[in-house]
Amino acid sequence: MSVEALSRVQFATVAIFHFLFVPLTLGLSALVAFMETRYALTGREVYLRMTKYWSRLFLVNFAVGVVTGITLEFQFGMNWAEYSKFVGDVFGAPLAIEATVAFFLESTFLGLWVFSWKRVSKGVHAAIMWVVAFASTLSALWILLANGWMQKPRGFALVGGRAQLVDFGALIWNPYAWIKLFHTSMAAFTLSSFFVMGISAINLLRGKSEDMFKRSFRIGATVGLAASLLIILAGDLSGRQVAEYQPTKLAAMESQWDTVSSAPFYLLEVPRPKAERNGIEALPIPNMLSLLSYHSPTATIKGLLDFPADQRPSVAVTFWSFRIMVALGFLFVLLALLAVIFAWKDSLAANRWFLRIMSFALILPYVACELGWVLAEMGRQPWIVYGLLRTADAVSRTITAADVLISLIGFILIYGFLAAVDAYLLAKYARQTEE
Amino acid sequence: MTLQVLWFALWGVLWAVYFMLDGFDFGAGMLRNFLAEGEFDRGLALAAIGPVWNGNEVWLITAGGATFAAFPLVYASMFSFLYLPMLLILFSLIVRGVSIEFRNKSEGAKWRSWWDWALAISSLTAPLVLGLGFGNIFEGLPIATDGYRGGFWMLFNGYGLLTAILFIALFLQHGALWLEYRTSGSLAVRSRALASFLWYVVLGIAALFLVATAFATRIYDNYLSRPALFLVPLLAVAFLVAVKPLHARSRVLGAFSASCAAIVLVLATAFIGLFPDLIPSSIDPAASLTAFNSSSGQYTLRLMAIVAAIFVPIVIVYQFLAYRFFRAKLAKGTGSEDY
Repeated sequence: MSVEALSRVQFATVAIFHFLFVPLTLGLSALVAFMETRYALTGREVYLRMTKYWSRLFLVNFAVGVVTGITLEFQFGMNWAEYSKFVGDVFGAPLAIEATVAFFLESTFLGLWVFSWKRVSKGVHAAIMWVVAFASTLSALWILLANGWMQKPRGFALVGGRAQLVDFGALIWNPYAWIKLFHTSMAAFTLSSFFVMGISAINLLRGKSEDMFKRSFRIGATVGLAASLLIILAGDLSGRQVAEYQPTKLAAMESQWDTVSSAPFYLLEVPRPKAERNGIEALPIPNMLSLLSYHSPTATIKGLLDFPADQRPSVAVTFWSFRIMVALGFLFVLLALLAVIFAWKDSLAANRWFLRIMSFALILPYVACELGWVLAEMGRQPWIVYGLLRTADAVSRTITAADVLISLIGFILIYGFLAAVDAYLLAKYARQTEE
Repeated sequence: MTLQVLWFALWGVLWAVYFMLDGFDFGAGMLRNFLAEGEFDRGLALAAIGPVWNGNEVWLITAGGATFAAFPLVYASMFSFLYLPMLLILFSLIVRGVSIEFRNKSEGAKWRSWWDWALAISSLTAPLVLGLGFGNIFEGLPIATDGYRGGFWMLFNGYGLLTAILFIALFLQHGALWLEYRTSGSLAVRSRALASFLWYVVLGIAALFLVATAFATRIYDNYLSRPALFLVPLLAVAFLVAVKPLHARSRVLGAFSASCAAIVLVLATAFIGLFPDLIPSSIDPAASLTAFNSSSGQYTLRLMAIVAAIFVPIVIVYQFLAYRFFRAKLAKGTGSEDY
């Protein structure tokens, strides 16, 4: 394999692995802060136990998130040196700002939170966790501003073959990044509430600490329903942006080969990329694709065949990751709706089948989140910066395939080990319901 | 022009502060298995770095991010030229972080002993490779105008290894002083004894390093053209020396602070000597990456200067307050068991 191919596999590996831990950090920090606030306000023991229980799981997850995040910070320089030279002027700024304004805050205050149980009042302790939650979302914002620039570059000028920042306002008010933040935050809350519901369900099935887990489940169900509904809005907004800014991604994720107006949406569709057409197109909803993409039933969708072959992303990858993500998104609404009904009618115990489903369903938002990133990043190909710099031109010139093979194997071994340890600790703490 | 000079200085400061802070985490991490006897002391030694290591490590992330934003060419070159060393640093930092966080999360003796050693080894390899990398940067990397001529094994030259040993020695003393300052009982007593001994080692290696620097690098060229600058290495030595009398009078925080100042000033000595190069070329001065030929545009430099001017002081204030919050000596019942 070439340095480029290996570097792409490596970046996918380290980014996908890192993002297994990010959404739970974003969502569960706020949920734990909420639980502790309730404890501070009511003084009821059950909320203290709840805070401690979920924070133990949070801390295990956070640790792996932190250590795998460092890798990403340096990946650009190590494997994507040409990219770094080309964009550093623009892309480096949000990364540096993220560390300075957000990550310092998050890590310092989390250290404070863990070690200050006996030293500050309940209210102050809860407030510290709110700072952690705020800082983690602030951190996500700056990372998404950086990524948003790769998706929709703006506020720059090309000077001597390099992108130079000329308008910071354009960088930070990039609509793509803000919609992504909305989408990512809601995904994080969905994932975190399914995590809370799933682990609560497992413990309710075992008959452990019923009061605490019923209450936890109820918090999860409520937040989960709100967040999964809002994702549909976020998804709609994201889809319109893709249509506007990245027509090749739109055509690939919808497997739209020909340019048509009043395009229908096929509920059942199977692309055949080699033949450059679809093998199956069935159950059409008339005008729906035009309506979804441009909010106009007659809008024209430009097909893949009208783009040069060397500007098309992989249809198979983008199409399936998009379809499965969306299908899962609707499933989350359905499950969260049932969860809210059962939780508030207090009939969870009578519906053990549902608890069983929820104990497995906690995996699904992880799948959906990762597929969302696969779609976002693979759909942008062959560009690393959309329309501006090709991925093939971005890779480091001074590293060898052997270097990258060594590092890739190293990452797989270390991350595999981390995954095993993380799973072991999460399972251990999930079962440990008493102090 | 002035912004590029300002960012060169900030770049140096960020790295120096990173070493000053994470240095004692590395030192304490390396020494913990040897100084802490028994489960209780090992818990104390972990609690001495537990609340702060992550905040300290963010200085590295900031140094990396600032290099990316202010000197993209340096960011791209430094980490792709030094690909395998950077990989070892990443692996070390990954293992170091989870060792601290996971060690007390399960009770088994085997589990704990495994993470104890993982912490000790990763706390050694991180400064070792960082020292090796910076030592080679001080010497200059074999950069030609059309590419990089270096390889992994050639980093293991005398001066690179000496710099690595200097980093390790500085951090060992730094970590021993920190453990003495933060803990109590037999752990503090043993840390104190070791810190006293390490002072001689550090001073010897530092003297050797300052002499070797004259032969292996062009760092003193700037000093010879502006002799007033010699004040910086002289202050570095003065603070290194001052550790001893302060420590002997049991002014542990003072000795630790002197060690902080010494670490910052040793790095400042090197960076001042490098200026205007961030990464000098050892084979062709025209290929050196300087503050002037590898920086971002004026707009980004000005923007990032404003961001740094506002937020870095804020970070320093709340990190300082967090350190103050944790200043009480660790002993039984002070929260170390929370970890």
